[in-house]
Amino acid sequence: MNRESLLTQIGWLCAALGLALILTIIVCLPSGAPPFETIYVLFKGGLGSMSKIGRVLAGWVPLTLCAVGLLVPFTARLWNIGVEGQVIMGAVFCTAALRFFPEGGGVVQIILGFAAAMLGGAVWALLAGLLRVFGRVHEIFSGLGLNFVALGVTMWLIFGPWKRPGVASMSGTQPLDISLWLPRLGTLSVSWVGLALAIAAILCIYILLHRTTWGLKMRAVGENTKAATLFSLGPRRRLLQAFMLCGALAGLAGATQVLGVYHRLLPAISSNYGYTALLVGMMASFRLPLVPFICLFFSILNVGSIQLPLQMGLDSSLSGVIQGVMVLSLFIIQGMRLWFRQRRETN
Amino acid sequence: METFALTLAAILVAGAPLVLATLGETLTEKAGIINLSLDGSILLSAMAAFACSAAFDNPWLGVLAGMAVGAAIAGILGIVGIYLGQSQLAVGFILTLLCRDLAYFLGHNYSRQPGPDLGLWTIPGVGDITFIGPIFGSQSPIVYLALAAIFCCWWWMFRTQGGMRLRAVGESPRAAFGRGIRVRLVRLYYCLAGGALVGMAGAAYSLAVKPGWGRPQGCEGAGWIALAIVIFGGWHPVRTALGAFFFAALQVSGIYLQEYFPSIPAPVFQVAPFPMMILTLLAVNMGRMGWVQDLVRRHPILKTFSKGWNIEAPAALGQDFDPKKGL
Repeated sequence: MNRESLLTQIGWLCAALGLALILTIIVCLPSGAPPFETIYVLFKGGLGSMSKIGRVLAGWVPLTLCAVGLLVPFTARLWNIGVEGQVIMGAVFCTAALRFFPEGGGVVQIILGFAAAMLGGAVWALLAGLLRVFGRVHEIFSGLGLNFVALGVTMWLIFGPWKRPGVASMSGTQPLDISLWLPRLGTLSVSWVGLALAIAAILCIYILLHRTTWGLKMRAVGENTKAATLFSLGPRRRLLQAFMLCGALAGLAGATQVLGVYHRLLPAISSNYGYTALLVGMMASFRLPLVPFICLFFSILNVGSIQLPLQMGLDSSLSGVIQGVMVLSLFIIQGMRLWFRQRRETN
Repeated sequence: METFALTLAAILVAGAPLVLATLGETLTEKAGIINLSLDGSILLSAMAAFACSAAFDNPWLGVLAGMAVGAAIAGILGIVGIYLGQSQLAVGFILTLLCRDLAYFLGHNYSRQPGPDLGLWTIPGVGDITFIGPIFGSQSPIVYLALAAIFCCWWWMFRTQGGMRLRAVGESPRAAFGRGIRVRLVRLYYCLAGGALVGMAGAAYSLAVKPGWGRPQGCEGAGWIALAIVIFGGWHPVRTALGAFFFAALQVSGIYLQEYFPSIPAPVFQVAPFPMMILTLLAVNMGRMGWVQDLVRRHPILKTFSKGWNIEAPAALGQDFDPKKGL
């Protein structure tokens, strides 16, 4: 397979973006919304002011943590659809650990919260991994089922044992003491701790996957499980490790949501970041260097979409539609490329 | 006795859309295509069905609209997955998320609006029979449709030429191609047909089981359960339908359990089918694990149980077939 020139590649990418734009406009039409104005409002809502950019970055942190984590199981050709549940369990474990300190605390307690969240996410991912390795349950179903179970656990905690004195509602548990909140970056709503964690995660995963024998062996497992067994690379153990590492990062994302954004546990704590991260992964074709940028773009869409119901009377799910349409267009264009190439070869 | 019959009637209604969705997916998977977009597909077709029936004041037009939407989504998956050679799992998953958000976005104006529903059909004479009467005498038309669909699917799959081609394409596309069957086209047809049934399931939710549209509609997650039931049912229409009714029974009993355990919050019962889904998949797949097979070999008495475990997926499930590469 000869490598195509950069210009052709950019051309195909533009074709994908153009297709995504056309599809988005088609989608906007039946709702009676003027397409270009809608898209303008969407981006202005995400980039219009410094506080909005702060919110974009606050969304970028958990999304990047999840998406980067997903690269690890994907290297072993595993679909960890359970990220969403792992984010939720991270948040639950984090809240559980910090409930021991109602009077607040300091750095030690926050680190404890992070550790508990990573443990929670890893345990939840391990469950899916064990079901796959010892029960032959496809990870898509176990992961998805566990997502719903995690949601059920959160609901039960919020309405049951952890309910606020007096009222139990969807608004969540009693907020954490202010001393346990992550410090903000200036006046922005994003914490530098979260940003540092996300950047550290990118670097760590890059080194782990591309600069260590562990990553090399993981790739070998992904390419050919049978051969990996014969070379005694221990594919089962490695699959479990991949799941747990991804789960730990997803759990960390849950902790940043609890400690940095909401400061308590609520039913919507995961904000769908797990599912969006899967889209990011597919959009980037699981290439690490692209992931942070796509996360940033998707985060702008998410924050901008909050303006849609306020300014245009539209549902905020348009951001999800655009994200989905973009990834779908990329797949369609990739497929068409393949089709054209095959036709050229047969002629 | 009366309440038991009414419970069975409730299970039939709750199970009907699941039956339709699982039958649709069974058809698609028998042809070798995995349609992972079920959950979003059901939601979007539920929205389309409700919007269309509200706009034209005719629920049956809504059912048709739902089927058309379901088929269209399956068509996208079919074309991108079969002809453009992209991963069926990936495209299906993207479509799930996309359709879900699309349903909420486009359905915004129809949220919590009044609209027609399919109502009840009364079969004259049946209502007076003891026990059978309360169950079948006066039911939602979707129940009769689902029951008819079970028979039709079974008959088509195992008693007709077309069904044989369907199974051939899913089991051994190369052999089917050698016999002159246009493998990709047949697969696309069953993708569309399965999608239409899934769309009907969506319409069943918004026009019969939980009439109306809103965010959330209440059928979120049903598609994933349906996908698991197909595996549980071993890709056999009758067994799959039984599985669907079994899960519906779980959902209905969840509502009853809620009355007995008022201290447990309602959302907990809503997620109850999902651990069940994992456990049933575990039970179904256990038989193929090495250590279980060792156990069966050492204790031959277990062999009698292991018969139920022997479920084989269509051999070419999820695999590409490119006729240009020949036999």
